[in-house]
Amino acid sequence: MRLLTRKEFLNLFLGGGALGLVGSTLYPVLRYLLPPEQVEAEPDALKAGAVKDFAAGTSKLVKFGPRPVIVIRDVKGNFHALTATCTHLDCIVQYSKDADLVWCACHNGRYDLSGKNISGPPPRPLTRLDVRVADGEVTVVKTA
Amino acid sequence: MKELDTALLDWFDERLDIRRAVEWARHKQVPVHRGSVFYYAGGVCLFLFLLQLASGILLLMYYRVGADSSYESVRYISSKVAFGWLVRSIHSWGANIMIFCVFVHMFSVFLMKAFRKPRELTWMTGCVLLGLCLAFGFSGYLLPWNELSLFATKVGTDIIGQVPGAGHWLLKLVRGGDEVTGATLSRFFGLHVAILPALLSLAIGAHLAFVQLQGMAHAEESPKSMPFFPNFFLRDVMLWLVVLNAVAVLAVFFPWELGKKAEALASAPAGIKPEWYFLAQYQFLKLLPARILLIPGELWGIILVGAAGLLWLLTPFWDAALPRDSKEAAVRLAGWGSLAALIAMTLWGRWS
Repeated sequence: MRLLTRKEFLNLFLGGGALGLVGSTLYPVLRYLLPPEQVEAEPDALKAGAVKDFAAGTSKLVKFGPRPVIVIRDVKGNFHALTATCTHLDCIVQYSKDADLVWCACHNGRYDLSGKNISGPPPRPLTRLDVRVADGEVTVVKTA
Repeated sequence: MKELDTALLDWFDERLDIRRAVEWARHKQVPVHRGSVFYYAGGVCLFLFLLQLASGILLLMYYRVGADSSYESVRYISSKVAFGWLVRSIHSWGANIMIFCVFVHMFSVFLMKAFRKPRELTWMTGCVLLGLCLAFGFSGYLLPWNELSLFATKVGTDIIGQVPGAGHWLLKLVRGGDEVTGATLSRFFGLHVAILPALLSLAIGAHLAFVQLQGMAHAEESPKSMPFFPNFFLRDVMLWLVVLNAVAVLAVFFPWELGKKAEALASAPAGIKPEWYFLAQYQFLKLLPARILLIPGELWGIILVGAAGLLWLLTPFWDAALPRDSKEAAVRLAGWGSLAALIAMTLWGRWS
């Protein structure tokens, strides 16, 4: 077995020490830069408001846990609830009363009222949530 | 085939003349004598400045300025963010040790009489750097928005208000109003993270350029010297490593406290004192009577401390004007006398 020469030993010793220093500096810095987890529970149901506040052909954005959800009352008076984050690049969508569909202003993406992507760049449909109307209250419920 | 590192060096050398800089650094000599150890003090200050810059930038990632958010965000950094307590403690300890090292550097330069021609401007930029470091300490102290920092800032800024004529105007300018409020916090934040770093970088640039242009002062007749690169430089780096470890050990075993949140309607806590680097001025102000010759004591304080600072800044010029036979003794007396007075007043302030 060949022993290390003095020079090789010193190089290994100093190189290892330098690597250790870099590692023990970078590790806390990288961990520090990653923000702590913000646990925000997603509710099963959320009251979106009174039925009388939703005229036909209007919509409202509500915060469903960490996610924005768009609650729409279409021109015929039916309720729809969809996740409001465009599947293309994260913009918040809006309800277009004239076309009676969901529209994203960022890159002209369009979805129908069931959430299906029908034109423009969005690659996936919006997620649908259930809407229950009882006692004059509109409640958005996670689809089972 | 050429080795990769030589090839890289060649690439940069063709564009930036790197080899000439290395050659110049190799020829630069550092005098070796019994006071040589003090030549490392300036480098340590520079290293600590870089450490403050890095830890300060990290703190900026989570710190949110405002009377309703400053304290809460510092508490969040110290308690929730991974290694946040370490980053904050390193920034606080680093600041204190940096100011200490600036004092060591300054007094060693003074006592080695390294301020003499042609280094007058190096000395004066150094004095400006000391002032900027103290301003950094003072402005940064308020940012956690705790009880101690609020009162320290009230007192410290109130002294500015004693300046005859412009006092009230200056006070409003510094506080962003009549009282120390969230508006003051915003101003101090801007000062601490934008204005002072810009000024300090400029002053350090000038200071270092002067040192490089003139070389190290030969404090004593010494025939021995060592090359700046790599001999002195590697010793510099080794000391920086020791300092980094010292700061880390202090930060781990004596983490900086956060204290209670600042309340506008709370009495000053008993035993409240400024940071150690303002203790001498604090003790001096306490000693002054309310009025001397119809002029308020605080005003005398400002005048006398200001005059002493100006005299210190102009050291190279009064030194040059002194008669040759008494010069050395006078400078030695001024240096050791100032150092002794500063230490005595600081200790007195601490234990009074």
